[in-house]
Amino acid sequence: MFKKTFRRGIHPLHNQHEGKGPTRHLPIEDYVSDSVVIPMNTNIGAPSVPCVKKGDLVKMGQVIATAGGFVGVPVHASVSGEVTAVEPIPYLGSVPAMAITIKNDFNDTWCDLSPLGSVEQVDPAKVIPAIQAAGITGMGGASFPTHVKLTFREGASCDTIVVNGAECETHLTADHRLMLENSTRIVDGLRAVMRALKVGKGIIAIEDNKPDAIAAMQKAAQGRDGVSVQPLKTKYPQGGEKQLIEAVTGRQVPSGKLPIDVHVVVLNVGTCAAIADAIIDGKPLISRVTTVTGHVVNPKNLRLRIGTIAGDAIGYCGGFSQEPGKIFFGGAMTGICIPNTQVPMAKSTNGIVVFNEKEGKSKDESPCIRCGRCVAACPIGLNPYQIKVAADKSDFAAAEKLHVNDCMLCGSCAYACPSRRWLTPSFKFAKDKLAAEAKAKAQGGANK
Amino acid sequence: MTTILYAGALLGILGLIFGLVLTFASKKFHVDVDERVGQVKECLGGANCGACGYAGCDAFAQAVVDGKAPVNGCAPAGEKGIKEISRIMGMEAPDTEKMVARVLCQGTSGIAKDRYKYDGYQSCAVAASLAGGPKDCRFACIGLGDCQDKCAFDAIKMQDGIAVIDPDKCTACGACVKACPRSVIKLMPLSQNVIVRCRNEDAARLARAVCMDACIGCGRCKKECQYDAIVVENGYARINPDKCTRCGACAQVCPCKCITID
Repeated sequence: MFKKTFRRGIHPLHNQHEGKGPTRHLPIEDYVSDSVVIPMNTNIGAPSVPCVKKGDLVKMGQVIATAGGFVGVPVHASVSGEVTAVEPIPYLGSVPAMAITIKNDFNDTWCDLSPLGSVEQVDPAKVIPAIQAAGITGMGGASFPTHVKLTFREGASCDTIVVNGAECETHLTADHRLMLENSTRIVDGLRAVMRALKVGKGIIAIEDNKPDAIAAMQKAAQGRDGVSVQPLKTKYPQGGEKQLIEAVTGRQVPSGKLPIDVHVVVLNVGTCAAIADAIIDGKPLISRVTTVTGHVVNPKNLRLRIGTIAGDAIGYCGGFSQEPGKIFFGGAMTGICIPNTQVPMAKSTNGIVVFNEKEGKSKDESPCIRCGRCVAACPIGLNPYQIKVAADKSDFAAAEKLHVNDCMLCGSCAYACPSRRWLTPSFKFAKDKLAAEAKAKAQGGANK
Repeated sequence: MTTILYAGALLGILGLIFGLVLTFASKKFHVDVDERVGQVKECLGGANCGACGYAGCDAFAQAVVDGKAPVNGCAPAGEKGIKEISRIMGMEAPDTEKMVARVLCQGTSGIAKDRYKYDGYQSCAVAASLAGGPKDCRFACIGLGDCQDKCAFDAIKMQDGIAVIDPDKCTACGACVKACPRSVIKLMPLSQNVIVRCRNEDAARLARAVCMDACIGCGRCKKECQYDAIVVENGYARINPDKCTRCGACAQVCPCKCITID
């Protein structure tokens, strides 16, 4: 079958994403810890508002925090048991985040569920409210609330839904295993969304380093109208939303626009499976598949309850096999370093990757030699070396003119750079500054 | 021989014509430049730091002469410079006290606990956005030198994980205050030598857990102060420089040693 891909990009870890080796053949295991700490600001929008207090007994799937706005999601108890704390904890952002701690009674008593029935019979109008009520956010990493993505603004239309099974990140095999073991669920979730949005075409895009997943998904998609599987050449960052759209449909999302502007919606395979769970079983999103790998004794693919402490999951995998240097939430390319092992995982944590001290050590920068490899690598077609000059001088207006806001911080340029320049962090810095400026401007305008 | 004479004469005549044209033009299009602009510029800090809000020292000098900017608008000019500018402008020098920037944190590497080892992009603003910063205290000086980079007068040094400002070199331009993502740098009068060097807003238990020298907001300094110059707000003490007599009694009783006398 013809394999598609996007322009530019890189091949991290040349031996076909060698980091995936230790876990790609391991079935998903369930792991439940003694207690969970569920942070409230895990979706990209407004933080959720806790609606339980210390001492309350909660059932699994019960709403423990309500959405903080339309761009926000409710949060559900991922275990049954007693709420032992509702207080701010140091989290991955600059300020502490509110979190709810639940002590697990290991009974796993579900709260009352209201399934909507099978995908063929479900009322299309009820699908998106069900997704909202189930607290589903994008499970590929950005954790954007899914119901917002599926609610189009006036005049927008969608003709294709792309399911992201690329999993281009190094080390991670969570989506891979999910596609092998839950392929029917993924197709059901996709069909439910196609039904709700009245879209006739659903494409499941998978990189060719997962031939078994391609076969499994093709089998699950057989006989389903409009659902097809598209193999892709293995390349990073193919799982980026805009890169995936370019690879699959050949359409380019213009600068500053959204996928819906080219009539496409992209959903992660994990999100599709969660949507199917929400509709067929009425279950909210309380667990996800996470790859725990790197320098741990037994790397595993685990189905973890939302709010599992990183240290507990690592402990279940036998602990560290070497002195850890860096621990990532997410893959090694776009993941976030966590400050210690006490940090709880969120809905978007698709991997916990442990680097030893040698791998984790930052390299010193040397001067730019104008070789242009960053330009050749950038999947968006930016000029990373020029943006770096502007950002390092704190000339954010110039960085904005060079379209730093289109940068998705994939790290391809920094990976390609022979001078080991710290390109991505300075772009993140410039983007944060520009966002803060824009926010201040908007607030100033509102006050006037 | 004659060729070279012709050439020389031609050039001479051309030079004469251009000279006459230029003389005429300079008389005809003469613009009066206020000599005070140059004089004012001589008195300024001369670092083009931009703290005054103008594009540079030239633009500020022009604005002062035009009456658009106050004569004491340039902090780096210092007391002497402001007096001189006032004299040039024929005004009385406004009563300004020399200010300096002070770092309100003592969280050096042994005192403030580290949350994680940071060896990423060397910028306080970037480090502060990652899991609350590399120090356990989320109000502490991060010590990666964003203020040092912005200081045009070489007054800031990084020592043992925090910024240290040399009051002699500091001109109170305020560039460091703007650069600091944690807002631990504040402008204060130079004479105010009794300083609360902590801004931790957390409860005493939490503050003490992350830093040996944290202000716990106990209020002993407030009780000791006879001049009612200290307020304890948001979990830390602040000294009102107008009421403070610099007696230093508060520093003696502070159990956390976070009030210092310079």
